[in-house]
Order: sequence, then structure tokens, then C-alpha cells
Amino acid sequence: MRKRRQLTEVVNRTAAIAPSDILVFSTFRNEDVRLPYFLKYYREMGVNHFLMVDNDSDDGGREYLAEQPDVSLWSTTASYKKSRFGVDWLNGLQMRYGHRHWCLVVDPDELFVYPFCDSRPIQALTDWLDASSIRSFSAMLIDMYPKGRLDELPYRRGDNPLDIAAWFDAGNYSIKRNPGLKNLWIQGGPRSRMFFQDEPWRAPALNKIPLVKWDRAYAYVSSTHMLLPRGLNLTYDEWGGEKASGALLHTKFLDTFTIKAAEELSRKQHYANSHEYVAYAAGLNENPDLWCKWSEKYINWRQLEILGLMSKGNWA
Amino acid sequence: MNVGIVMLVHTALDRAEQVLRHWHAAGCPVVVHVDAKVASKTYDTFVAGLADLENVRFSTRHRCEWGGWGIVAASQAASELMLHEFPDVAHVYLASGSCMPLRPVQELQSYLAARPRTDFIESATTADVPWTVGGLDEERFTLRFPFSWKRQRKLFDWWVEVQRRYKLQRRIPAGLVPHMGSQWWCLTRQTLSAILEDPDRPSWDRYFRQVWIPDESYFQTLSRLYSQNIESRSLTLSKFDFQGKPHIFYDDHLQLLRRSDCFVARKIWPRADRLYDTFLGDPAGAMSGTEPNPGKIDRIFAKAVERRTRGRPGLYMQSRFPNENWENGVTSARYSVFEGFAELFEDFEPWLAKVTGARVHGHLFAPEGAEFDGRQDTFAGALSANPKLRDYNAWMFLTNLIWNTRGERQCFQFGPRDSQFISWDIAKDPNAQISVISGAWAVPLFLSNENFSVLRAKAAKLQKIEADHLYALRSTYAKARIRIWTMAEFIEAPTEALQTVIDETGSPGLRRLTEAPRLIDLKGFGQFLQNLKNQGMHPYLMGDFPVDRAPSQAKPGRRKPYLVK
Repeated sequence: MRKRRQLTEVVNRTAAIAPSDILVFSTFRNEDVRLPYFLKYYREMGVNHFLMVDNDSDDGGREYLAEQPDVSLWSTTASYKKSRFGVDWLNGLQMRYGHRHWCLVVDPDELFVYPFCDSRPIQALTDWLDASSIRSFSAMLIDMYPKGRLDELPYRRGDNPLDIAAWFDAGNYSIKRNPGLKNLWIQGGPRSRMFFQDEPWRAPALNKIPLVKWDRAYAYVSSTHMLLPRGLNLTYDEWGGEKASGALLHTKFLDTFTIKAAEELSRKQHYANSHEYVAYAAGLNENPDLWCKWSEKYINWRQLEILGLMSKGNWA
Repeated sequence: MNVGIVMLVHTALDRAEQVLRHWHAAGCPVVVHVDAKVASKTYDTFVAGLADLENVRFSTRHRCEWGGWGIVAASQAASELMLHEFPDVAHVYLASGSCMPLRPVQELQSYLAARPRTDFIESATTADVPWTVGGLDEERFTLRFPFSWKRQRKLFDWWVEVQRRYKLQRRIPAGLVPHMGSQWWCLTRQTLSAILEDPDRPSWDRYFRQVWIPDESYFQTLSRLYSQNIESRSLTLSKFDFQGKPHIFYDDHLQLLRRSDCFVARKIWPRADRLYDTFLGDPAGAMSGTEPNPGKIDRIFAKAVERRTRGRPGLYMQSRFPNENWENGVTSARYSVFEGFAELFEDFEPWLAKVTGARVHGHLFAPEGAEFDGRQDTFAGALSANPKLRDYNAWMFLTNLIWNTRGERQCFQFGPRDSQFISWDIAKDPNAQISVISGAWAVPLFLSNENFSVLRAKAAKLQKIEADHLYALRSTYAKARIRIWTMAEFIEAPTEALQTVIDETGSPGLRRLTEAPRLIDLKGFGQFLQNLKNQGMHPYLMGDFPVDRAPSQAKPGRRKPYLVK
């Protein structure tokens, strides 16, 4: 709540939001190069409005977004870490603008995938969730990476990042239950495999619940990993069945990453004292190839479904 | 002779209008019932928009709540209006605003004209149908349901419980046999008017008013009293999932719907533009089938329900994380664990791979890291061989491996040197085939060149670990297929024992073993054990080894005894 005052309004077009609109909430810092594809991807999916928080960018991304007709933009120079990694800012905006809307909270390097996303718009999913009385929809983070060195193929503004970062780990994820908030705690993938071999418990969490029929009484606790009230975290079936779920294709590992890792390291604004970035910087200097013989090349959501990374549940 | 359409509408009025115009254009009179919950302004606009159509009527509006009486009252009112206003109507078809005709309306008309005395209404006795939700089948008719299931769920459940406990049952009226079935029917004028004009109707209505989900039983039960010829199926393709809500059709179901040859489908997503354009657009694109054949659609939806309720065995993922004993298969496929074989035989792994055709790993849980087949750093699914990553969640490491290699049998070595996290898990897994030669861990010690005091300490530790593991395998919780030999027993007849194990791996095309792997030379092993004993460490898991015996490969296998009857 208080943290919302750290936000300065750049352009507010929220008056244009219709009652059944689907909203995207996102924070970013110096992601100009990704923004055009990000907007294109989610517009085609059927998202109606974007509510974005710019954390002190200086690469022109803010100016670009301010011109977009379906974007409302805030900016802040406050600490990303002290706002609990942007969660406080977005919780504030969601409380104000997200009430009774389906809200999707994603970073600019996350591409949301759900069952039938190649043939049905996101409203088909949210209508079905409404009809099934489901309030929250999980989409685990899947780290995508290129074959070869990260800096081998440059990413150009507007391109599909999956053309470069086309590979992923299909079956090396560890899942535990978090008894407190009842969410699952998923770790694994290439980051765990390459950077956290010695301290696997420190590997980043991959469980995410990015799509929620928002109510002003809800709040994200830590990034989009956990929610309150905790019933929203029960996005998994405990009696042998499968609930419907999606995936967030995480396209962080492009040539832009090495620069970013160095920058983030000096800012120390990330989780657990930027331990992740320390590990990356060390790992990336030695061998920047995340690809291995058993890496899987991304095709579509059906492939992820067959591999058991996401599920259609009873949606057909 | 014509078909009249009774249409129940509550949302997506624009789509309802589109479908209504389609029915009307084909010459079907339509009576519309709009849910009383729709705002009167919206309703007025809707009615005004249809003013140009001659054969459309609007019936008295009722409040329709799922599971309540309103839907029946609405169907009654609209049907009465239909029979009264349009005397040439011979069949009345009950449809909703989200129903869509898949075949040209003329085909439906001629289909019904050819069957003038047939009522199409799914109608089965409660004892014979498994499709009820929430455990209420017979009780739908014997309890009272004054509370809304959607809005007053707790009261609803509480009241059901109270009635059950105090046996507050009411009597089913004499002459009625409760039947249930799809809400969407098509009845002849004769049957429908007999139901609506029945002098006993007030008493039927009074009874059904408190039946649970009467729209699935009112007409279904009463038509049994009057119909000359009931065809117990619905002409509307409508599938329900495990929560009792209808499956929805989207654009990508187009081909499926085309091939179904059904007359009408429900429920169509209002924004499925391609479906609406195709089926309501040009009659040329329509099907030319005969009898409806929804088999394929049935299978797809049945699969979806199974995916939701049973899931894929052995899969652990973000939306399937079963509690213990609810896994419906803790792993996804069978696998084999060999303990002591690699220690006792030379080149056991390649030999095993050759005779079984399975994927054979070394010690997957070795302290130095997972020994994948070919000693790769990573394996299927990009599993890492790193021991810390593996031991961080050892059981998931194994379930992941089995899942990632579906279709290929996995075999691996296991022993007391390995990390033991999975010891109980594999013992409890019915998919595991575990074959143990107990005490064989002493062979590498025997062959090693270490100081005896070190060996003695190691032997003591390994024996303790293996004893614990054997305890798990012999416990009442063990569900794996387990075979345990002491080393002494095993080398009495190694070929037969191997044959048994290999047979159980169940690889196709197995014949009798022609070539056994070479036993390691055990000359002096008995003395080695005796030395351990002399040092106060008592090795017992390998069974009795005489000091001087040195079993050799050359010893022929014993002949099988003849069976004499």
C-alpha cells in the first residue's frame, strides 16, 4: 500500500478498461529491446490492457511504452529490493485496477503458454476457469536457452526470442511442498544444473501462479510464486488427478544476459543478495553453453503437455 | 408438420439471436424464454431486435438457477405457448441459446417427419446411470432441496445430512418411476401436451419443485407415462465433465463436430466465430450424414475427465502432486534394481544390456555421482549426474528418470556404498523389481589393496547399511517384486538364479540363457571373511563360506530334478 506512493504516474489509460478485460501487470528495467515482441505476443493472445511499472530505465523503453494506446505506465526510482522485487508496486496497482479482472503478472522475458493457446484466445481459458470456479492458474517457469554460447546469436528488437533460445530441460525438476503457504516449490532446469550444483537448495524457485481472477483482498507474497489467501496456491491436485496448468517460457538467456548479469551484480537488487547472479557470473565466465545432448527443442504447448510439464486437466 | 424450437436463453444474447434467426429462416417457429435475471433493458433491446420475425414468441420469464425448478417452469411455459400458438408443430425441440445446429435444419425436419410418433428424450432409471455428481442419485427424489447449491452450499450440504440422519424421506408419488437424462429433449405434440394438460399436473409439479435438478428428471419421468415410443437419447450433443458442467466447443473442434453428424451441439463458446460462421453460414459446408455418431467426441471428453481425475501415473508436476498412497502408480513404468550382481560378475552391465535389451546403468546413487549408461554427465530429460543435485531430491531423481525414459526399461545397480535415500521408496514401489545378492559388497573389498584395518571398518559399515536396506525389503510395507539370495546361496547355482531374474524383467523375445557372465575369481574369499571374523567383525550377510572353498565357473549347473507323479 505504502509502496504505491513510490510510483509516479507517466500515463494512465485505465479509464479505457472494460469490465471483462484481461490485464497484464509487469515491472521492467532497461528492457526496451524486448518490449515490442512482449506487447505483440500478449496482444495476439487477447490481453486488453497492460499496466507497467518502469524501474528507472534509461534505454528509451519508458518513452516507447508511453506511446502505446493500451498501456498505462508508472515509473519509480525506488529500490527494487525494498519493494520486495517489485511485488509491492504491482500489488498496489492490482488492488486498485485489477479487482474482478483476470490478471496476468509476467516479466518482459516471460512468455505465457496455456493449453490450446495456438487455437484459443486467453478469454477462452478465463471463461472456462470462471465456469469451473477456479480462481488461480499455475504456469511453471521453464528456462529457455540457445545452443552454443549465449552471445553467439544477437537478439534484435521485435524478434521472437524463442527463435534463439529454443531449448529447455524436459525432466530434471525437483518438487517439494511448502507446508506453510501450501504452494509447491519447484527447482531444477538448466540454472540448477549449471550454476547450483554445489548448493541445489539455493536454486531459484520455478513455481509460479501468474494468472489470477483478482480480488482486492488478494496479495502476492514473493514474486508470483506464492499468494495470499493460501487457498489460491492449491493449483495442484493431491489425489492423483491433474489440474489444468500452463508454462512461462523464460527467455532470459539471450546475448543480452551477460551484460545484465554484470549490471545486476553491481546493483545487488535481487533475491538473496543476488546470489543467483554471482553464480551466473561465475558460471558464465567458464562455460556459457547451457545446452546439453539431452536438451529438448521447443515446438509447442502440446509437446510440453506430453512431456508432463503442463497439463490440459479436464479442458478439452 | 413442423418442428418448433423452444429456446432457453440467459447469456450471450447476440449469439442466441444469430441461432434463433437461423432456426427461423428454415421455417421453424421459435418460442424464447429469457432468464428473469437478464436486465429488463437488455431484454427489451433483444425483443425489439427480433421484431421483424413473424414466428417468434416470448414466454413468461422465470428465474433459472442451476439445479432449481425455474428451468422446468420456463420449459413448461414456453412449450405451452408453442403448442397454443403454432398448431402445425408436431415436434418440440428444447434448445438453449448456446446450442448450435450442425446439420441443415431441413435434415432435422425430415428426420423427425419420418418419425412422427417418436419422442427423443434420454431417460434412464436412477439405478442404471453412473453419471450423477455429488453422490445424489436416488436421493434426488426422496429428499427435499430448499437451498441453492451454488449460493447456499453449506446449508445445502447440512440439510442433506440432516435428512439422511433423521431419515426424513418423502414418498415418491404413486405411479411415478423416477427417470433421469439429458435436459435437452425433443418431444411430440401428443406426449408434450399430455404432460402439460394432465389433470394431476399440480401434484406432479408440487413434488418435482423440491426434487434436486428437476430439469433432468421432470420430463424424463413424466414422458414415460404417456409416450408411445421413447427413443432414449438426446438429439443434442452435450457432454458433461466430472463436475457436472457441460464441455464447451471451440473453433478447434470444427472438424470433430463436422464428423459427428449430430443435429445440434451444446455448448458453444460465444466467441467461437469460426464455428458460428461455418455451421450457420452456408448450407453447402454442412454434413450429409445419416445417424448421429458422436463416438469420437465422446472419447475425447472421456479422456479429459480421466486426465483430471486419475492423471498420468508416475508423473509429478506443478498441477499433479499426489499425497502418499494416492499416486495411482508411484513411478510410471517397471524397472529393475540389481544389488551385488556387478560386484560378483565381470562386465555384468554390458551382459545384462545384451540379454535384456534394456537400458542398463551403473550405480545411479554412487557417492561420486550417478553412473548413467555410458557414464554420461547428463541423461534423458537433462538429468544431471551430479551427486548433490541428485541427493537433494533423490526419489524425484528416480521418478524423473523413469518418466523421462517411458517406453524403455531401466535397470540400475544399487548397494550399500550408494546413498540410501531411496531405500524405502523402491521397496514400496510395485513397479520395482529388486534382486539382491546380499553380502556381495565384500567382494570389492576382498579384491582391493587397502590396509586390513581400513577394510574391516568399511565392511562393518557396509554390512550395517545393507542390513537396514534388507529390513526395508522384508518389511510389511514392501510392495516391490523382491528376491534375496545370500552370496553363498547364489553361487551354488548362479545360472538358474540369473535365469529367474532375467525372466522377470519381462523383456520380449527372451530365451534360455546361453551365455552366463563370468564370476569373479573368489579363491581366498573364505579366508578373507575368516580374517574379518578374526578381527572381531562378523560378516553374516553373505551366508556360510567355508574357508577353503573356492567356487569356480567350471562347475556345471545341477540337473533339474524330474517331476514324478
